[in-house]
Amino acid sequence: MLAITDLSFERYFEPVFEPLSFSVGESELVLVTGANGSGKTTLLQLLAGLLTAAEGHISAQQPALYAGHKVAIKDDLSVLENIRFMLQFMGRRDSAPGSEQELIEAVGLASVAGQHGRTLSAGQRKRCAMARLWFCDEKLWLLDEPYSNLDQDGTALLNNILQQHLQAGGACVMASHGSLKPQGIDFKEIELKSARHLVGAA
Amino acid sequence: MSQPSPASAFLALLRRDFLLAFRRRAELLQPLVFLLVVVTLFPLGVGPSPQLLSTIAPGVIWIAALLASVLSLDSLFRSDFEDGTLEQMVLSGQPLSLIALSRMLSHWLLTGLPIVVLAPFLAMLMNLPDAGVLILVKSLLIGTPILSLIGAIGAALIVSLKRGGQLLSLLVFPLFVPLLILATSAVGSAVTGLPFDGQLGLMLAYLVASLTLAPFATAVALKLSLS
Repeated sequence: MLAITDLSFERYFEPVFEPLSFSVGESELVLVTGANGSGKTTLLQLLAGLLTAAEGHISAQQPALYAGHKVAIKDDLSVLENIRFMLQFMGRRDSAPGSEQELIEAVGLASVAGQHGRTLSAGQRKRCAMARLWFCDEKLWLLDEPYSNLDQDGTALLNNILQQHLQAGGACVMASHGSLKPQGIDFKEIELKSARHLVGAA
Repeated sequence: MSQPSPASAFLALLRRDFLLAFRRRAELLQPLVFLLVVVTLFPLGVGPSPQLLSTIAPGVIWIAALLASVLSLDSLFRSDFEDGTLEQMVLSGQPLSLIALSRMLSHWLLTGLPIVVLAPFLAMLMNLPDAGVLILVKSLLIGTPILSLIGAIGAALIVSLKRGGQLLSLLVFPLFVPLLILATSAVGSAVTGLPFDGQLGLMLAYLVASLTLAPFATAVALKLSLS
């Protein structure tokens, strides 16, 4: 589904991580780990197509869903309005829950559906952004620290939808700094190494 | 069903922008209040002589409109950039130029159009002769969309900078110079009874050129700002 060969990225003419090669197949979950600043977010943004690689090749057959640190929730819109806009703008897959209300219930935000984005907690914002996983059409998911800020219940919800996605033949690349790993799902781990020592050598 | 048509995404974005603007009504009024304040300050500064005021009226109203419009341009893409909505829009697969056009249209409807509506009142404040009022309104009706269209290119270029307001004015004001010259000359000609169709025609040409080119330039600028 996705194959990466000798990928590297430069910021201000300095490489961010060591050249990287791996592939992601159907129903496969790849966990990218690494210390803070090792370039996990950069890698996911490269895979999403937001950044351009310095060297190497990314082969992706289809557009990917990218969920980054920025949750794309509008402070002045309610949870319901935020989700409605996402649906109207990005569309939905056929098997997705029919109504916005059902989507909100699926992510456990029914009690705050009318509240504005600015009044939500970090975890609730994350859940609101997560709603996209329930209706998006993309086969490849790129999730950046999806477990951060989520409580136990939210983590279980995320694991659940992730499992469904993988069983349906989807794939996922997830970045995490190690302490938070998906439970009960098989994954392939890739450790990202910072390329800072290479800079010193050169 | 997978992806909504570009037209329905365009409308969804327009609807969202109006809802957001309605939630932040105070911000919506800022450019208009600014315009009103600048125009009322002029008689206090240059003296209340009706003769002098009517001579400088077209220039004063147009410069104030220009400043008011640029003032509100800075935030055109900023909040979408900061909360990550812009990233998602770029990745959504919808044409970025259409997204840009939708933001330009909402900016004009929420800032440019109110300026046009306010113009006759401003003309009265500045003692502009009756013969010039209609042309002033016409020139603003043609000119304010250009402010939104060209201004959006600048706003997209500076969106990743924390404080880009001054840079934005440096970027876009040179492009507004022909507009200012044509518009004030048209109003001046109308007041003195000379023909003014040529100036309005050139302004229309500028509008068509920016309407066809600015959305694409803005799309490229947005992509640059994101990487």
